This record gives sequence, structure tokens and C-alpha cells, in this order.
Amino acid sequence: MGWAFYNVPCSDTNTSLHPFSLAKGLVTSGRNTCTPYHSSTVKIPFVAILRTNLHQEMNYFPDEVIEHIFDSIASHRDRNSISLVSKSWHKIERCCRRRVFIGNCYAISPERLIGRFPCLKSLTLKGKPHFADFNLVPHEWGGFVHPWIDALARARVGLEELRLKRMVVSDESLELLSRSFANFKSLVLVSCEGFTTDGLASIAANCRHLRELDLQENEIDDHRGQWLNCFPDSCTTLTSLNFACLKGETNLSALERLVARSPSLKSLKVNRAVPLDALTRLMSCAPQLVDLGVGSYENEPDTESFAKLLAAIKKCTSLRSLSGFSEVAPLCLTAFYPICQNLTYLNLSYAAEIHGNHLVKFIQFCKRLQRLWILDSIGDKGLEVVASACKELQELRVFPSDLHDEEDNNAAVTEVGLVAISAGCRKLHSILYFCKQMTNAALITVAKNCPNFIRFRLCILEPNKPDHVTSQSLDEGFGAVVQACKGLRRLSVSGLLTDKVFLYIGMYAEQLEMLSIAFAGDTDKGMLYVLNGCKKLRKLEIRDSPFGNAALLADVDKYETMRSLWMSSCDVTLGGCKRLARDAPWLNVEIINENEDNGMERNEEDEREKVDRLYLYRTVVGTRNDAPSCVTIL
Amino acid sequence: MEKVGVCDDFVNLKATELRLGLPGTEDGCEEEKEKITCGKSNKRALPETEKEIESTGKTETASPPKAQIIGWPPVRSYRKNSFQTKKNESEGQGMYVKVSMDGAPYLRKIDLTVYKQYLELMKSLENMFKFSVGEYFEREGYKGSDFVPTYEDKDGDWMLVGDVPWEMFVSSCKRLRIMKGSEVKGLGCGV
Repeated sequence: MGWAFYNVPCSDTNTSLHPFSLAKGLVTSGRNTCTPYHSSTVKIPFVAILRTNLHQEMNYFPDEVIEHIFDSIASHRDRNSISLVSKSWHKIERCCRRRVFIGNCYAISPERLIGRFPCLKSLTLKGKPHFADFNLVPHEWGGFVHPWIDALARARVGLEELRLKRMVVSDESLELLSRSFANFKSLVLVSCEGFTTDGLASIAANCRHLRELDLQENEIDDHRGQWLNCFPDSCTTLTSLNFACLKGETNLSALERLVARSPSLKSLKVNRAVPLDALTRLMSCAPQLVDLGVGSYENEPDTESFAKLLAAIKKCTSLRSLSGFSEVAPLCLTAFYPICQNLTYLNLSYAAEIHGNHLVKFIQFCKRLQRLWILDSIGDKGLEVVASACKELQELRVFPSDLHDEEDNNAAVTEVGLVAISAGCRKLHSILYFCKQMTNAALITVAKNCPNFIRFRLCILEPNKPDHVTSQSLDEGFGAVVQACKGLRRLSVSGLLTDKVFLYIGMYAEQLEMLSIAFAGDTDKGMLYVLNGCKKLRKLEIRDSPFGNAALLADVDKYETMRSLWMSSCDVTLGGCKRLARDAPWLNVEIINENEDNGMERNEEDEREKVDRLYLYRTVVGTRNDAPSCVTIL
Repeated sequence: MEKVGVCDDFVNLKATELRLGLPGTEDGCEEEKEKITCGKSNKRALPETEKEIESTGKTETASPPKAQIIGWPPVRSYRKNSFQTKKNESEGQGMYVKVSMDGAPYLRKIDLTVYKQYLELMKSLENMFKFSVGEYFEREGYKGSDFVPTYEDKDGDWMLVGDVPWEMFVSSCKRLRIMKGSEVKGLGCGV
């Protein structure tokens, strides 16, 4: 059972109120109960509610009142918990559920979703497995959104919001979406592909109440900049527009007119093709912007352009978040100085050409920064500056600038930068750090400095690299992290690692939900430690590690508690996978082959053949029927 | 200036294969397709085996193009592609296409990546073949000349040069043909 945060009007948050009285207060205090009340929040465990039989008392209230109370509960997990309390709660909950999150689009079918939640307004779907981001999954693998949109349309669901990640979206899907839901307000596409700007044109033209169009890192075929022209003049409700990932030209006048007639626009992220003078004009007519993504400015602006830009920026006093900068001349960056102390989110991670010094000069003034995404060109010294300047930092991502390891790179980051950050930024809870070397001592220090990590992702660029000082494995370092960070939910490990690190993870990482393993471990024991120890594990992804059938088959029921398991270039065999598929019919066990030819060309008997890529996931709807020929579902 | 090397087919095939990151290109990082079976030799801790493993990653001494491991480092394709586009632009890996002109005895080859826009390309072609291409209009095509630049795209269709955004053109153009005379009318050109 989960926890819920109820915002209950209390004068004193430190008062330990009995859960029962609180819950009763929740029910009886009337209409203000469910409105956010920022001055205080108190936690009520659902278990407490059950124990007090509150739910039975609550059943005397009309359904609408109960629905109203449920409405205040936002978290998906808590909604799921509520629906398990009793039959009547299940019924009420499903009819008033507005938002549904589906972490794996093949775990359930659209029809069943709609059957259970007919009043759905917001749907989040994820398609391809995470490692698809790194070219490990063939393009045609699956994750098509069309059947979902089709089913929702036919059932006349009042869809208002659709959020997709790693799915295949076609122009036809977008067209259907735009025509089927009169109240459609928000489309968020992350790492999707398969569509063109023609699909965007349909959305622009037909969604009369569109508020949000957010395209993050998608592969979109850019036909023309004319899709922006397709927003009718009557469209004035936009709050968020992000087309940074479009690679082609943009119709600047259409964009400017659109922005000018969107007074509620808070977030605008343009693509590379928006030059500086256009940006200046855009900012001038949208000084209310909170979130801005700029284009590509490799040339230094002349004095006049710079002055105009500066003037426009100064007016944007609400700006809190800045990104884009696929190239940025240093002078351009300085134009943003007037607002840098207001920034809470800064993403300079695409600015490959800019020298670390300029980055540092800018960031040191961003005293309120909470999230920073940068390139390793900032260097250890730069991170030391960040550590001393950005005391509010909660999330840091340092990406590699030299992806092919061509230069003997002195401008990368090492354990020194990481330790500095951990020492200076005590509020840090999420980190993604690409570096060329690490030591156990550093990791132990980091763990001691920042026991509050919930996400810790370390990627040492060279696989199997040991502690560069002691030449030992990094088991102890990661062990220290999992032991100290009791709330750790996501972990990615790298470097030289034996089975021992997995022993530590199994022992200590009690809240761990997602684990990514690459080039690590010695024997099946490693994987077993994790499967046996991490009770909350939902996603496990492993590549190039010597785990085989023994580990895979040891506890088949475990996979029912997880969303998915990915194993590539490991030691599991076809025979092992077949056995698993037999023993666990509620799993889809997919074998992804090198290429189409392999299919089932390999001998049926040759079950000793190692499986190239294995992806398995729990599902209530059995085998999917849209798999390409390179995928075999056992 | 136009580059017209006498390049053999193999070189050019390579050149086009390494094209990355532009819209319309299907495959991403081609060089990553060379897979290294690092995982299999993962028994470790002995210095010799480490060296063996290291040789597939970074080497101490500078060496010719290292083989890449698929999907490593774990950076999103989107991000990789956005850097790669820039690298290509600066390193000039080149994208050579054949150019034929009606009536000319032999073909030429040009590198599309040296141009940033249509105007440059046109001037270069005009210079190369000693002709003049007229003025481009979105609806009517090229006016004022007997010559019309066309190209064959990835789908095998013959298109008028200038209709699509430059980057899209570069990524989808397989060859160029400068048409002349009566054939030209078919493309809806006013003369």
C-alpha cells in the first residue's frame, strides 16, 4: 500500500495527528479539504485508513463525495492502492480516474484500458525498452501508438492529454488524434519517431483548444516550416510550444505571429533555424516566458543586435529555465547575464563548441540553479566552481562531449569533479555523470557527502575500467553508495565490477526500482543477488555481462513483480528462454535477432545458442501481433 | 569551389554511408555496427586480460579508427546525431553525387557538403557546365533559361532542385541532372 500526501489545513505541521482523526477531518471538513494548502502537509498511510475502517464509514457518503476525495490523490501508485481497498472503491475509483500511466504499452490493450477507465482524460504511454535509446533495438521493433488512438477515438473517450515516450507515431495517427478529441489540449512526445511536420500541421490546424505541444528529442522528418502557419488565428491558448528537435527551416513570421497571439505562453523552445534577431523579437513579445529554449548562434552578434537582445532578455523577469544553445558564441551567452540569477534549470549540454571557461563564467552567477545539464568540457575545475556557486543544486547531468574518444581528452571530468560537487551541493539527489575515470575512495566520499541520492548513474566511458589509483574493482565504491543512500531508486553502474557489487546492491538497495548494468559481474550469482535482494525492482537492464540461464530461471515469479527485463550479449541461451516462456505464460519473452535472416533459421535443436537480445515483460494480453520478423516471441 | 575528384565508386559508397544525422537518413551511427564481443571475455582482474579488453576500447598509443562498441557510451542517438552533424560539417566527409547535363559527353561529380545553400550549388553548376539556370519560382519552377536542374531522390523520383529545404535536399539527393530543351516543359517550367 502506498502513502498519500493530503494537504490538510493544519496550523502546526509538527503536530502528530492521529491518522484516523486526520482522515475523518479530510472527509468532514468539506470543500476546502482537497485544495492544495501550501502551508502544511501531513502524511497519512493508507494502511492506517484501512485499520480504522474509515473506508467503510466513507461508503455512507455519496459517490460524488468519495470521488472528490479521490480526485485529490494524484500519484498513480496511490490511485492503484485505493482501487484495491474494496470492490466499491474499485468501482468508484475507476470511473473517476482521469490520468493513467502505462509504463509498457504491451502490458495491456487499449480496449481493456478503456473498459476499466472510461472517463480517461490523460494517457501516458511508453513503448520501446530503454536501451532503444542506444541503438540496441531495431527501428521496426514496435511501440505503435496508432491502435491506441484508434481505440480511444472509437470509444469516444474525452481525451485531453497524450504523453508518449519511445513510441512510433505516424502522420496518420496524428491526424486521427487531431480530429477525434474535441477537447484535446496537450501532446507531449519524447524520443518518438515515424512522423513528419505534416502530422504536426494536423495537430495545429484541428486541435482548437491546444495548450501544449512539446516535442522532445524526436526524429521528425521536416518537410517545411509551414506547419506553424496551420495554427488558426483563433488559436490563442498555447501555454507551451517546443519544437527544438526539428531540423529544418522555420517560418519565422508564422512563429512570431503565433507567439504574439498567445498571451498564456509560458514555455517556448525553438529550433536551430531561429536566428538571433528573430529570437529577440520573440522574447520581446513574450516577456512572460518562464521556460525558453534558444536556437543556434555560432556567430558573434554585432553591437546593435546584441543590445536589442540584451534589452529583450532584461524584460523576461519570469524566466527560470534556459536550454537549446546547439551552438553558442560566448558573447551571445553573456546577453543572458541579466536573468541568470533567476534560473533554476539550465541546459547547455548541446553547446559542443563552447569552451569550458565561458560555461563556468556564466554558471557561477546562477546561484539559484536546481538542475544543470552540461558537457564534460566544463572540466573538474568548472565543476568545482559549480559546487561553490550552486548551493541549491538538486540534479546534475554531465554528458560526454567527445563521443568517439578521439582526442586524448584532458577536457573531460574525473572523480575530482564528482567529489567537489558532492561536497558543495548537499541537496543533490540526482546525478548522471559520464567520466573517464573513477576511484573507490571518491565514491565513498560522495556517498558520505550526499546520502540523499535517489538517482545515481555513473558511466565510466571505458568498459571494465578499474579504480585508476588502486587498480581494483569499483565494488566497494558502489557498495558505499547503495549503503548510504537509503532512498536510492535508480542506479547505473560501470567500470570494473565483480559479483560483489551485486551482493551489496541486493543487500542494501531496498528502494531500488531501476538498475542498469553493463560489462559487469563474473557469474550468475551476481544477477541472483539482485533479483533476490531488491524487492522493489521494476526494471532491470543488462548488457555484455556473464549472466546465464541459471540466473534467468532461478525465480520466475520475480518477473511478475517487475515491468521488464532486458539482457543483451549475455550468456542466456535459446533453451533457457524457451523454458522461461513455458514456465511463465504471463510473460512475453521476446528474442531480438541480429537481422531478419536469423529469425528461426538457427536450428530448433540448437538451444545452446546464446541469445543476442532478450526482452521480457509481464502482460495481461498475451503475445502481441505487431512484432517484425527479427523478433521472435516465445 | 566545387570538388570534382575522380573518385572510385568504393570511396564514394563509403562517403555516403558515413552520412549521419540529417533528416531523411535512416541508419544512424554506421560505425557502431562493428560489434565487439566484450561481454564474452569478461572474466577479469588479470592484467593480461585487461589489456586484451582495453585494446577494444581506448589504447595508449594513437591508432587508426578504433572499432566502436554498439550503443556505447550510452548516449541517446538524438544527442549523438546532433554532435555528429557538426563534426561532419567541419570535417567534410563529403557527399559526392554524379551530375549529368543533357548534351554533355561525360558526367561530373560534386561534393554537396561544401555548399551551404542552393545559390552556391547553382553557381557552381553553372560554372562547371557553362550554362545559366534562370530564376527559381516556387510555383513555376525555373524561368528564363532552357536548363532546369533536377535531382533523383531516395525514392527514385526526379525532383526539381530547390523545392525542399536545403538540408533535406542534401540528405535525399542521389544524383543531379541538368535537363534541357523540350523535356523541360514537363516540369511545369515557364520559359
